[in-house]
Amino acid sequence: MLLEGYGPQLWAGTVETITLALGSLALSFGLGLVGATAKLSGRRRLAVPARLYTTLVRGVPDLVLMLLLYYSFQDLLNRVTDALGQPQFDIDPFVAGVTVLGFIYGAYFTETFRGAVLAVPRGQWDAAMAFGLTRRRAFFRIIFPQMMRFALPGISNNWQVILKATALVSLIGLHDVVRAAQDAITGTSTKGGYHAFLFLTAVALIYLSLTTFSHLIFQGLEKRFSRGFQAPTS
Amino acid sequence: MIELLQQYWQQYLWGSPGHWSGLVVTLWLTVASVVLGFALALPLAIMRVSTRPWLAAPVWLFTYVFRGTPLYVQLLICYTGLYSLEAVRATPMLNAFFKDAFNCTLLAFTLNTAAYTTEIFAGAIKATPRGEVEAARAFGMSGFILYRRILLPSALRRALPAYSNEVILMLHATTLASTATITDLLKVARNAASDYYLPFVAYGLAALLYLAITLGLVWAFQRAERKWLAHLRPVRSDAGAPRSV
Repeated sequence: MLLEGYGPQLWAGTVETITLALGSLALSFGLGLVGATAKLSGRRRLAVPARLYTTLVRGVPDLVLMLLLYYSFQDLLNRVTDALGQPQFDIDPFVAGVTVLGFIYGAYFTETFRGAVLAVPRGQWDAAMAFGLTRRRAFFRIIFPQMMRFALPGISNNWQVILKATALVSLIGLHDVVRAAQDAITGTSTKGGYHAFLFLTAVALIYLSLTTFSHLIFQGLEKRFSRGFQAPTS
Repeated sequence: MIELLQQYWQQYLWGSPGHWSGLVVTLWLTVASVVLGFALALPLAIMRVSTRPWLAAPVWLFTYVFRGTPLYVQLLICYTGLYSLEAVRATPMLNAFFKDAFNCTLLAFTLNTAAYTTEIFAGAIKATPRGEVEAARAFGMSGFILYRRILLPSALRRALPAYSNEVILMLHATTLASTATITDLLKVARNAASDYYLPFVAYGLAALLYLAITLGLVWAFQRAERKWLAHLRPVRSDAGAPRSV
C-alpha cells in the first residue's frame, strides 16, 4: 500500500505546516511594517529599539532563538503559576510556533520593507503632501502600493525561508509534516528499513512542490505589481 | 546560574584535547562546509552558465532540489534515510561513511551550501559586462584562461556581498547538527538547559556566542569588500580635482 497507510497523517502534517507558515507570514509581515516604520521614523526612541531588534534577531540562528523563546517563556510562565499557586499552564505549540517564527522573520521583513520604502522616489512623498494628504494617508495610498513592487522579491524570498523554517517546529513539539514522517518511520520500523528513506523523500517532495507552487504565485504577483513598468504590448 | 556557568563554560568555549568544545565544533562545521561548498560551487557555477544543456540542466536540477527543500529534511535523509537502505549498509565503504553522524551532517551541509553558492556565483558570472568578454576574446583568450583571468576575478568580487550572507546563514544552519547527536554549541546549551532547568541562561549564552561569531563574520566580510571592491566605492567629488596651491 502506498505510504503504508500513513498518507492521511502526512496530509494532516502538511496542512499543519502550511497553516503555520501562513500564520507566521501574516505576523512577520505586520511586524515588518511596524519595524520599518519605526526605523524610518527618524525618532531615536523608536529607531533604536527597532535596530536592536533586527540586529539581534538576524545575528542569532533561528533554531537557537526558537528554543530560547519557547523554553524561557514556558519557564517564566511556570514560575508565575507556581507563585500564584495555580496549576501549570502549557503553551499551545501551534501558537508558540506562529509567535516565534513570526517574531524571527519580522526582523527580516523589517529590512525588506525599509529598503523598499527608501526605493520609492522622495518626490512621491512631496507630491502627496502638496495634495494635502496626511502622512498616514500618503503612506497607505501613495507609498505602500509603489513600495510593494520593490518589496516583492524580498517578500517572496522571506516566504520561502519561512516555509522551510517550519521544518524545525517539530523540535518544539508541533505535529507538522516532518513529525508525521518521523512518527511513520517509528511505526513501520519493524517492516524493513527502507521506510525511513521512503517517508523522508515524501516529505522532501511535499516541500519541493510547496516551494515550486509559491514560486509560481509570486511570479504572477510580481507581474501584477509591475504593471505600468513593462514594455507596452501592441 | 553561577553553577551552570562553572560546570559548563569549558564545554561552551574551550574544551580539552579529545573533547572539543561546542564553539570549536560549530566553527569547524561552518568552515569545513563553507570551504567544501565553495570548491564544489565553482565548477558547478561554470557548468550552470554553460550554453550546453547537458552541462547546465543537471546543475539546475541539483540547485532546484536543494534550495527547494529544508536543510533539516536533507539532513534527516542523509542521516536516517540513506542508512535505512539495504544497498547502503551492504556496501562496506558507504556503510562506514553513513554510520558516522559527523560525515552525514557535513555531507548535507556541504551539498546545501554548494547549491546556494552555485546560484550566487552563476548569477555573478552571468552579470559580467559583455564588453569584458569581447575584449578578452579580442586578446585571444578563451576557455580556461578567459575564466581564470577575466570572468572569475570580476564575478567572485561581485558575488562577495551575497556570498557573505550565505556564509552567515551557513553558520546559523550548523545548529541543526545538534539534532544529529553532534555536540555543537547548541547541543551544549541544550544539555546545560536540561541539567539546570535554566533555559534562558543556557540558550541565552549560546545566542550571545552565535551573535559574536556573526558580528565577527560581518566585520571580516566588510573588510574584504573594502579591499576587493575598492574600485566600486563612491569617489569623493573633489578627488581628481586640481589641488589648490
